[in-house]
Amino acid sequence: MKIPILYNLRSLKERPVSTLTTAAGMALVVAVFVAMMALSNGFRAAMVRTGSSDNAFVLRRGATAEMYSGIGRNGVSIVAGMPFVARDANNLPLISPEIFVVLGLRRLNGGLANVVVRGVSARVMQVRDNIEITEGRAFRPGAAEILIGEAIIDRFPNTAVGDTFKFGGRDWTVVGHFSAGGSSFESEVWGENELLMPVFRGEVFQSISFRMTDPGSFDGVKQTLEDDRRLFVEVFRENEFYASQSELLGQILNFIAVFIAGVMAVGAVFGAINTMYAAVSSRAPEIAVLLTLGFKPGNVLSSFLAEAVLIAFLGGLAGCIITLPINGLVTSTTNWNSFSEVAFAFRVTPNVLVNGMIFAVVMGLIGGFFPARKAAKQPVVVALREG
Amino acid sequence: MKYARLIWVNLIRNKRRTILTVLSVAVALFLFTTLRSVVTALNAVSEVGSESRLVVSSAMGITFPLPQSYYERLRAQEGVESVTWANWFGGVYVDPSNFFAQFAIDAETYLPMYPEVVVPEDQRAAFLAERTGALVGSGLMERFGWSLGQSVTLQGTIIPGDWEFTIRAVYDPNPASYGDQLFFFHYDHLYEGSNQQMSPGWYALQLADPNSAPEVINRIDAIYENSTAPTKTETERAFQTGFVTMWGNIGFLVQAIGTAVFFAILLVSANTMMMAGRERISENAVLKTLGFPDGLLFVFVLIEAVTITLLGGALGVFGAKAMFGPGNPMTMFIPGFEVHTSTVTLGLTIAIVLGLVSGFVPAFQAMRLSVVQSLRRVA
Repeated sequence: MKIPILYNLRSLKERPVSTLTTAAGMALVVAVFVAMMALSNGFRAAMVRTGSSDNAFVLRRGATAEMYSGIGRNGVSIVAGMPFVARDANNLPLISPEIFVVLGLRRLNGGLANVVVRGVSARVMQVRDNIEITEGRAFRPGAAEILIGEAIIDRFPNTAVGDTFKFGGRDWTVVGHFSAGGSSFESEVWGENELLMPVFRGEVFQSISFRMTDPGSFDGVKQTLEDDRRLFVEVFRENEFYASQSELLGQILNFIAVFIAGVMAVGAVFGAINTMYAAVSSRAPEIAVLLTLGFKPGNVLSSFLAEAVLIAFLGGLAGCIITLPINGLVTSTTNWNSFSEVAFAFRVTPNVLVNGMIFAVVMGLIGGFFPARKAAKQPVVVALREG
Repeated sequence: MKYARLIWVNLIRNKRRTILTVLSVAVALFLFTTLRSVVTALNAVSEVGSESRLVVSSAMGITFPLPQSYYERLRAQEGVESVTWANWFGGVYVDPSNFFAQFAIDAETYLPMYPEVVVPEDQRAAFLAERTGALVGSGLMERFGWSLGQSVTLQGTIIPGDWEFTIRAVYDPNPASYGDQLFFFHYDHLYEGSNQQMSPGWYALQLADPNSAPEVINRIDAIYENSTAPTKTETERAFQTGFVTMWGNIGFLVQAIGTAVFFAILLVSANTMMMAGRERISENAVLKTLGFPDGLLFVFVLIEAVTITLLGGALGVFGAKAMFGPGNPMTMFIPGFEVHTSTVTLGLTIAIVLGLVSGFVPAFQAMRLSVVQSLRRVA
C-alpha cells in the first residue's frame, strides 16, 4: 500500500526552515538555468526566424558569410531570368540582390557595435513576407532614405523617424521603422541596394534572395544554379543559411548554460542529500512504525523520494517564477560569423520553464535517492530502540 | 589552540554531512573562480593593447579597407616613429569550426613594432625571405599538430581559392594574453593573390611619446575627414577594448550568476550548520554547565562553520587554479586564460564570509541556550 503524500506534506511543515532553505537553494539554481536557457533561446530564435524556407539565398562560392561574398550584376540578371524565380502580378521577378556592410557605430550607452546596413531591392517586402513597417513609411526608390530595425532603435542615436543618419559620406533620412517577426533583420538598417552600392564597394552585390515558384523543388534550383558555368555561387535555403550563421554562438551559449547550471546543481544536490538524510535520521522511529504497520520498504523508499521531489518541485516553481520578469528583456551580443551586433530578447518560453522543472525534479530525485534507500533499509528493531 | 580537538570531533561527528557540505562549497567556488577568471582574462586582453601604439582604421567600420597611399602620409606625421599595416584574411582551415585569426602583415615593418611576437632570429629570417611563408603561434602549432616547414592550405573566404603557406617561423607571445593562436603571413602574397585588389585593412602607428596620442589622433582624423576614406584613429588599447565590449555585458552576467551561486551555497551551508546546531543542544548545555563561557561556544560554532567553508573554498579555488594551468583549452578562446592571484584571494575571502554568515544563527543560538530547558528537553 502506498503511504499517503499527506504524510510527507505534514513532515515538511514540521521543519519549515530546512525545507525552505533547501527549496530556495534549488530555486536559485533553477533560476540561473532558466535565465541562461532563455538567453540562448532568444538568440537562437532571432537567428532561426531570419529568412524563409520559401526563399533561396545565393552567395559567391567559398564565402562563409555575406560579408565575404560578391556577385556581379550579370550574375543577378542570370538568376533573375531563371524560370523557378517567382514573379509578381506585373511579371517582375521577386528577387532582392543585396548589399551587406557592417558599420561601426557608437551605442547610446557607450561602447562600439557593428551594425549591418543592408541594401535591398524595392520589392523586398514581397520577397520576404514577415517584414512590416511599424512606424513611418517604406523608402522611396532613388531617395537617400533608410529604414531602421525595431530592435536597435533604442540602442543607437539618430534612429527616430525624421532623424538624419550619417554614413558613407552622406546623410540619410530615417523614414520608418520595421519589424521582422523577431528575427535578426530587426537589428539592421535597410536602404535601397542601388543607392548603397556605390557608397560602399562599387559594382558588386553580396547576396541574392529570391522567392521560389515551388519551394519543394529547392534541390533542383540549387543544382541548376551551382552547375551554371556562368555563375560561381553556392545556394542555400534562406532560413537555413541564417540558422547556420548562428550555430557556433548558439552552441557556445547553450554550453555555458549547461555548464554553469550543472555545476550549481551539483552543489544544490549535495545540500538536498544533507537535508533528506537529516529528515530520515530524525524520523527513524516513525519509519519503524510505518514498517511495523506493514508498509513495504519499497513504499517507504518512494515516500521519501516523493518528499525530496516535492521540495525540489517547490524550489523549481519558485525559480521559474522569479525568472519570469526577464522575459522580453533586450540584450545584444556580436555574432562573430557576420561580425555584426544582434539584439535579441530573453525568451522564457513554456518549453524553457518545463525544462527548468524537469531539472529541479531530477535534482530532487538524485538528492533524495540515497537517504530514501537508507530509510527503507532501516532495521525495524534498531530504529524503534533509537526512539 | 587547546580546543582544536573539540572542534575537530564535532566536524567529523557526521562525516557524510561535512564532506557533502565541503564539496558543495567547493563546486560553487570552482564556478566562481572560473567565471571571474573569464572577466580578468578579458580585461587582460584589452590591456595587451599598447597605449603607445595607435590603430588607424576606416571610419565606416573595420571591414572597410584604407588606401595604400596613406602609408607615406602617416609616416610623415610628427610624433609618429613608424607605421605598419595589416589585413584580416578570414580563411578556413579544412572546416569552418577550426577557427583561428589570420593576418596579412607587412612583416618588415610589423615585427619590429610588435615585440610581443617573440621569434627566434633564424626563423624570423626564414619567414622574411619567403613570400609564401607563415609565422604561426605556438599554441596554434600544437592545436593542429603542425611542424616547422610544413605546408598549410587555407581556403579564402574574402578572396576565393586555395591559399598555400609554408610554416617558416613559430612565435611565443609575451605577455601570454597577446595570444598564441595567431597566423601571420605576408601582405605581398595577399596583394598578388587578389590581383592587386587589396589595400591595407588598418594601419598601426608607433608613437614616440604616448602622451601625444590625443593630439596625433585628432590631427590624423582631421586630415582624412573629407576624403573618400575617412579614418578613425584610436589607441590600440581602446581598439582592443572595443572588441571585448562587443561580446555584450559579460561583467554584469558574471556578477549576476556569481551572486546567485553565492546565495545558493549560503543556503546549503547555513542549513548544514543549523542541523549541526540542533543535534548538539544537549551537549552545549552540558558544556555550559561545566563552565564554558557563552562567548566561547559562539566562537566554536563559527570556527566550525568557517573550517567547512574554507576547506571547500580552498578545494574549489585551487582546483580551478590547477585545472586552468598554462596551455589549458580555454586559452584557445581567451588568450592567456588563467586564475589570477586576486581571484584566489577573493574566492577564499568569500568562503570565509560564507562560513561566518552561515554559522552566525546557530552560533548565536548556542550562546543564548538556556541550560535548564535544553537539558529538560533531552530527558
